[in-house]
Amino acid sequence: MFGKLTLEAVPYHEPIIMVTLAVVALLGFGVFAALTYYRKWGYLWSEWLTSVDHKKIGVMYILVALIMLLRGFADAIMMRAQLAVAQGGAEGFLPPEHYDQIFTAHGVIMIIFMAMPFMVGLMNIAVPLQIGARDVAFPFLNSLSFWLFVAGAILVNISLGVGEFARTGWVAYPPLAELGYSPGVGVDYYIWALQLSGLGTLLTGVNFLVTVFKMRTPGMTLMKMPIFTWACTFTNILIVASFPILTATLGLLTLDRYLDMHFFTNELGGNAMMYINLFWAWGHPEVYILILPAFGIFSEVISTFSGKKLFGYTSMVWASGAITLLGFVVWLHHFFTMGSGANVNAFFGVATMIISVPTGVKLFSWLFTMFRGRIRFTTPVLWTLGFMVTFTIGGMTGVLLAVPGADYVLHNSLFLIAHFHNTIIGGAVFGYLAGFTFWFPKAFGFKLHEGLGKGAFWCWISGFFVAFMPLYVLGFMGMTRRLNHYDNPMWQPYLIVAFCGAGLILCGILFQIAQLIVSIKNREQLRDLTGDPWGGRTLEWSTSSPPPFYNFAELPTVHKIDAFQDMKEKGTAYQRPASYSPIHMPKNTAAGVVIGLLGAVFGFAMIWHIWWLAGLSFIGMIATFIARSYNQDVDYYVQPDEIERIESQHHARFEAHGQTLNTTSFAEQV
Amino acid sequence: MKIEQFSGYLKHLVWLPLLMLGGCKMALLDPKGQVGMDEKSLIITATLLMLIVVVPVIVMTLAFAWKYRASNTKATYRPNWSHSNRIELVVWLVPCVIVAILGTITWTSTHELDPYRPLDSDVKPIEIQVVSLDWKWLFIYPEQGIATVNEIAFPKDTPVNFKITSQSAMNSFFIPQLGSQIYSMAGMQTKLHLIANHEGSFDGISANLSGEGFSDMKFQAISTSQDGFKDWVAKVKANPETLDLNSYPALVEPSKADPVRYFGAVSPTLYQHILMQYAHGGHHAMNSAEHADADMAGMHMNARIEESN
Amino acid sequence: MSTDVMSSHHAAGHEQAHDHGHDHDSGENTVFGFWLYLMTDCVLFASVFATYAVLVNHTAGGPSGKDIFELPYVLGETFLLLISSCTYGFSMLAAHRGAKSQALAWLGATFLLGAGFIGMEINEFHHLIVEGFGPDRSAFLSSFFTLVGMHGLHVTAGLVWMLVLMAQIKTRGLTSQNNTRLMCLSLFWHFLDIVWICVFTIVYLMGVAA
Repeated sequence: MFGKLTLEAVPYHEPIIMVTLAVVALLGFGVFAALTYYRKWGYLWSEWLTSVDHKKIGVMYILVALIMLLRGFADAIMMRAQLAVAQGGAEGFLPPEHYDQIFTAHGVIMIIFMAMPFMVGLMNIAVPLQIGARDVAFPFLNSLSFWLFVAGAILVNISLGVGEFARTGWVAYPPLAELGYSPGVGVDYYIWALQLSGLGTLLTGVNFLVTVFKMRTPGMTLMKMPIFTWACTFTNILIVASFPILTATLGLLTLDRYLDMHFFTNELGGNAMMYINLFWAWGHPEVYILILPAFGIFSEVISTFSGKKLFGYTSMVWASGAITLLGFVVWLHHFFTMGSGANVNAFFGVATMIISVPTGVKLFSWLFTMFRGRIRFTTPVLWTLGFMVTFTIGGMTGVLLAVPGADYVLHNSLFLIAHFHNTIIGGAVFGYLAGFTFWFPKAFGFKLHEGLGKGAFWCWISGFFVAFMPLYVLGFMGMTRRLNHYDNPMWQPYLIVAFCGAGLILCGILFQIAQLIVSIKNREQLRDLTGDPWGGRTLEWSTSSPPPFYNFAELPTVHKIDAFQDMKEKGTAYQRPASYSPIHMPKNTAAGVVIGLLGAVFGFAMIWHIWWLAGLSFIGMIATFIARSYNQDVDYYVQPDEIERIESQHHARFEAHGQTLNTTSFAEQV
Repeated sequence: MKIEQFSGYLKHLVWLPLLMLGGCKMALLDPKGQVGMDEKSLIITATLLMLIVVVPVIVMTLAFAWKYRASNTKATYRPNWSHSNRIELVVWLVPCVIVAILGTITWTSTHELDPYRPLDSDVKPIEIQVVSLDWKWLFIYPEQGIATVNEIAFPKDTPVNFKITSQSAMNSFFIPQLGSQIYSMAGMQTKLHLIANHEGSFDGISANLSGEGFSDMKFQAISTSQDGFKDWVAKVKANPETLDLNSYPALVEPSKADPVRYFGAVSPTLYQHILMQYAHGGHHAMNSAEHADADMAGMHMNARIEESN
Repeated sequence: MSTDVMSSHHAAGHEQAHDHGHDHDSGENTVFGFWLYLMTDCVLFASVFATYAVLVNHTAGGPSGKDIFELPYVLGETFLLLISSCTYGFSMLAAHRGAKSQALAWLGATFLLGAGFIGMEINEFHHLIVEGFGPDRSAFLSSFFTLVGMHGLHVTAGLVWMLVLMAQIKTRGLTSQNNTRLMCLSLFWHFLDIVWICVFTIVYLMGVAA
């Protein structure tokens, strides 16, 4: 009746887990109680959970991403703490079975459930506004994508309290990930969490490609699009081309585990090398999926806060395209040591190095955007400058690893760990945090507290260097990754320093939590009354903060790059049309929530071999989708009088604020 | 605010070299064999080449941020200047040139350091067959007729030809102070050629997660004098234990942190047997190992298997 | 496939204020989006094809393709599927003419042919499993069952979609929304036909010739 699920699945004997579950339960209960007390369930359901508004969906993505950041970071602190003490005979406080789950969960959470949703959330908030559109091409699919992602996140989180997570590392190589070596449910949690959220991501990719190619406002040719939109477009191309590979790969592993097939097993003809090739054929494009939007954010930020056009826009676009294309022909550099011949290794090594050329071009474009600009050192700019220094080092170590001869001694060492954290934290995370600060006022109508933001930045960047520079050294000292204890005493001082670095990053996170609390408390003082708190250059800044749900009362006509800057210079910004026409908008729907949550049930049932429940929930997902297709009441028209009312409210507010929205003198705005 | 930022950046850059200098005894930078030495100089060369771009970029980042800060109203402000053919030329070309140089170095060094390539030496190599088990390393010396667990020895300045496979999960055979690592995979054979040019005892590890006992999956690689090696072989031979198809299954049983074991005699067909357990070819595959070859060719992998006699 | 269905909407919608663009363009956007999805499906199949190619000789002492494939049978399956593409085409032509009952009839024929294809495939799989040559026997058989089976699952999904669409056309007629859906299913169906051609070439023909 319950498949493999028994009460034994709850890890009663693991105090750390039980305490964590208790705290989570307490917090959850608190949230539940607050929602009930303030009677917000109806509001939550109709305004957020069933929303198909890209702005709301974006906010929800980022909220979940930040929560998952906390969990992934908790994993990191535990790992650093364990390694700081587990030297010689000392076993530390985490037994191997537990530790191996922690580093696996850390990788999966940070990449798939923190970085990806953070990026997708920012893309959701900004891109439709940047191209002058009212929403994405398929708003219902957008909601569905979010809820499928949530389903995956739910499964990852349930695994903490019911059963276990994979112990294979985030890449789950066979034969270790096969049933013979991983007989528990851990790898199955991994598989279903990734399959569900991966499907959501794929749909997002399709959705945004159609949006960008088909729904730009009149006059906005492709080469007049904001650079962040370009970055996201290349990212979506990467998504649609690579995620199906992950689906296939995990699907084949599933067939091995569930139906005793032999794709990657040792016995009966399986070939584990095939998994590794397929996995990285997805895995490498995945890291470019993470980094390209961050590059786009840096371009927007540095251009805005230097008060200057982005240098070399055309080159930037071509460079991003080159990175996208090249990103597909380098995957073998993840396994130079698997025994390919010299020709193959050398080819992939050289191909990998070539990517540093367009990446370098981007760095120089940012430098020359700063050159002869007027740079305001706001928090997003600090993140950007921090990125430029940090990522350059990370890129250098990456090119170093791309030399097979060097990789033969550095593969899977802590040098590798340091390299990819260098690029992911220094590149992607810094970028998303910059974007978060940059677009926060647009999404919520008030800015984030600057001082606390700067404090967070300094803690993060110093924490990063203190935590990861020792790991570069440890790689040179011969320490490999995924160890849960070691006996070389020379390594320990470095691991202790690394732990301190993690502590510094924790301070950064605490600053950010404080920043959110203080900013919400002081939101009236931090209010963005005009919609353009930074002197922005692109169309999202022409709307109010937050924008009306329909984004634009009248779709703007674009003539140049940096369309809003152009409008401000010509004096045509904030002009109101004589009259408004009805606006066609989609209606909210519960279908996305229902399908997503049924997906979580389906995944859970498959993990625990509760076949009847799996069948029912799967049929439920299909039935809901079909029912949705029958629904003809999916849209409506906003009438001119309502538009008039909303627009007048916004204009009244910033006219009362005075005429600060001109092209000159940005310095006062900060 | 501005001075603090500038010095803030400097403060962080200082950590780097301090940390690097702190550990002069770093295995990879203190190699004891030719392969490791070649790899070390490769790392240094590549790093220096890249610093040609990296250092100016970091300096320019800090310098431009400082000079063009908003409060410096004396600096030129050209808000619409966004294009320069000359700059484009330089930023595309210079990295291209560096990548071309590095690429050439990569091509040649990858061929020279190919783990499958026998080392250039007149000395007769020692052959060691390696099997990764859960969670220990089995070593078979076909010529000497001995086997060990978690310890190998070889004379200094003598090429060592490793033939590597796995009984179970994927591991990576690695002696950091001697050079390259290579994966060990069930049903397949990889090869590695190393040499020690100094006497000493070097740590060996697995560099690919293989399960619960992974952290303890360590061995010692001892480089000896010529006589030292003869003594070591004799010591192993003196052990009455035999490793053959009967005693092998006991070794396969999972165990962690195994002590060193010696087997005075080993079945000459044991390694082949281990390799062929997972034969996957067609009807003719059972005898010939070539089929595993053909299968991998389609994946551009050259984990070639040869008859080991 | 004809895009006539789209062009009439195009002409009317183009010069309009962009606010109304949504209606006319949304059908076009849907079809474009569906094309993109089909390309992702292509990548999915490509991954499994690649796996098949790598593992095709890993028979582990079991049967190879030569031993188990029956070409005349596969020819029968192929005819069913290819003709079903024809009947779908006729359905589209009828839909253009606005001939609802004819469109439905041809859809019904397509459904029957497709269901016949699936029936034959299930029969083939069943026989192999009963003889001990199921997907758990060897890597080759795992790849065979999965590649062919994945195509079969897609066809089955198409059949379910077809039933739902037929029901929707029956009750609501050939609305613009239903026409868009017909177009998407048409793309899907023909795409699966093309994949089948790759399947029977690479799996069956090459398997027997080896």
